[in-house]
Amino acid sequence: MKALAGISGFGGALLHGAVYGILIVTVLMTVTAWSIWFERKFSGRMQSRLGPTLVGPAGLLQPLADALKLLQKESIVPASADKALFRLAPPLTVLFALGTAAVIPFSPKVIAADLDVGVLYLLALSGLMVFPVWIAGWASNNKYSLLGGMRAVAQGISYEVPLVLAAMVPVVLSGSMKLSEIVRFQRHHGWFIAWPPGPGLLAFVLFFMASLAEANRIPFDIPEAESELVAGVTTEYTGMEFGLFYLSEYLHTLIVSAVAAALFFGGWDGPFAPGLFWMVLKTLLLFGSIFWIRWTLLRFRSDQLMVICWKYLVPGGLVLVMAAAVWVQFITPNQTATGMAPAAPSAVPAQPLFHEEVP
Amino acid sequence: MALAVEIPDRVDPYLDIDEYEPEADLMVLNLGPQHPSTHGVFHVKLFLDGEIIIKAVPYAGYLHRGVEKLCEKLMFTQITPIVDKNDYVSPMMNEQAINMAFEALLGVEVPRRARYVRTIEAELQRIASHLLWLGTFGMDLGGALGGGATIFMHCFRERESILDLFEEVTGCRFHYNTHTIGGNRHDITPGWADHVKQALDVIDQRIPEYESLMTGNRIFVERTRGVGVLKAELAMELGITGPMLRAAGVSHDLRRHAPYHAYDEIKVKVQTEKAGDSLARTLVRIREMSESSRIVRELIDNVPEGPICGHKPIKIATQERAQSGQAYACLESPRGELGTYVIGGGANKGASPYRLKIRPPSLHAVSCLPYVLPGHTVSDAVTILGSTDPIIGEVDR
Repeated sequence: MKALAGISGFGGALLHGAVYGILIVTVLMTVTAWSIWFERKFSGRMQSRLGPTLVGPAGLLQPLADALKLLQKESIVPASADKALFRLAPPLTVLFALGTAAVIPFSPKVIAADLDVGVLYLLALSGLMVFPVWIAGWASNNKYSLLGGMRAVAQGISYEVPLVLAAMVPVVLSGSMKLSEIVRFQRHHGWFIAWPPGPGLLAFVLFFMASLAEANRIPFDIPEAESELVAGVTTEYTGMEFGLFYLSEYLHTLIVSAVAAALFFGGWDGPFAPGLFWMVLKTLLLFGSIFWIRWTLLRFRSDQLMVICWKYLVPGGLVLVMAAAVWVQFITPNQTATGMAPAAPSAVPAQPLFHEEVP
Repeated sequence: MALAVEIPDRVDPYLDIDEYEPEADLMVLNLGPQHPSTHGVFHVKLFLDGEIIIKAVPYAGYLHRGVEKLCEKLMFTQITPIVDKNDYVSPMMNEQAINMAFEALLGVEVPRRARYVRTIEAELQRIASHLLWLGTFGMDLGGALGGGATIFMHCFRERESILDLFEEVTGCRFHYNTHTIGGNRHDITPGWADHVKQALDVIDQRIPEYESLMTGNRIFVERTRGVGVLKAELAMELGITGPMLRAAGVSHDLRRHAPYHAYDEIKVKVQTEKAGDSLARTLVRIREMSESSRIVRELIDNVPEGPICGHKPIKIATQERAQSGQAYACLESPRGELGTYVIGGGANKGASPYRLKIRPPSLHAVSCLPYVLPGHTVSDAVTILGSTDPIIGEVDR
């Protein structure tokens, strides 16, 4: 990547973004595909069975077989469906899920776009995830899809609030919305999961719960509760269009794990090995724990979900943000990413939108 | 957590939907007949106000096979394999129920050894049936792709060990055709008692595990407590028996109160709960598994010697005739009172029943749905339907 170093300014940032963006998307898609294999193996072991074994060694080619099967299938649009919207929803889900990957710092260099408002961008895009689900639920013209879509919107909007509040804690503590800056801060002052004791850990739990709800994972997978709503919003989808929903669900889960790793587990920070290794390891560990939760717990009812969100998580989140503010203001007033005293606020120069990375 | 709306004491199942708040935007949702959680092809028409059910109309009959009519053409001994398929989760019970009725009609005595073996088989079948119920109930609550599936697979693992025991004796894992009039076709094999005890050791160890997986799970308790409350009074009005009635606080168990087989020689502890909700039904069924295991352990070493069948097997088919008379016999199946009413003297010169009526406990259990469902959400409808343990083959026959 030495060639890139010579080009500076907006064009350089764009090229950097394009190169790393394509790289990250390719790797993410591959990881997602094989994470499905991993989940099937993992759940198989949990349930005292083997999981996929026939396609390739230890069933490793199963994701390819699944994708091929889905691609071969006819994509059926129900006669009474709103055709344009019906077709629009699946690509949109993948688009939004992949869009969030842009700001995730996999290492000091491997970031597609290190935005100054990275956290805001991330939360905004994950908030948009509600739309394709609702579009799918509405356009299918099916009662189960509609109920699933209704639940998804209610859940998505509600859990957006604790998600934002939980993400605010690292932002307040580090004084930056830039994800790489948050990681650097943790490198110098300890991971937020452990330090400051209390708010960091609780904020992680809150963030994790809200993300599970955002990504529609058990115990919050009400929108596609297959025992009640057949398949929720995806009931009418077939072939690769269904596959795209499936893919985006896993993609979203993976990205949520990566974000949690960056926000609370010090991102690429770790001894001996290169930063990329640590970031990937932390992401995959969190990803695996989501599987673990999924194959252990039962599902909540939608009204219980709302009660948990508005009665416990939102007030809890507010308290945590306050606690983080108190910590920053009164207990450690002079911390910055590099451990030096901060400059006066007026002296901070205006930051360019695309930040040039200095290794 | 509280329910979404207040449930009145007794819901009107015949609510006129046109009279209900003309302004409300109602939605009709057909839960079934093709739906992953209706345990077969059961169909409930739900009238929804938002997600709250205001009226529920169950429809049975999608799996009607005319078993009772078919029995009128068959000879008494040919009927056993047909009724196996009624309650396809506990075929042993079906066979025993129908043969008990025939024995009562024809006045055939069952040898003591056969009565013991029947009791052991019935109790093992009860464990297997409750295990299957527990697994599918977990699926209803946790989805086929989640924690529910884990419970399901684990329950099936243990159920498999019981089916292996049956296979050892009867040669079949499922539709056994092992009972006949006046006894059993297959005697238990030497060493079977040890295998039973080995299997029960594992199951006894794992039942507390399942209990902690379900009732020790906060989400499970929140999903089931206070959901689908069935009052004892209504349950008795509708003729509901078995775990559903016992969960409502009525101590009624035919094994204890109208003993058959070898139950008069042992003491059966009736498991009851007070609340009558889905959680109570789960607790009753889990405890019944432990109780069944205890009963089997008590009997397995004391099986008396003697013939297993009072008849010469080959002759049975032509021997049994009843020109007149009628009989009713019932037993406690995993779902409640499984009875058979039979009038003799039908076709084949009196070797077939003139009329045969099966009283399936599941039909009565699902008849509570119009009373219980209104006021709950769609998610709860699945929970409640699951907690009634409906076997559609038995509901429709």
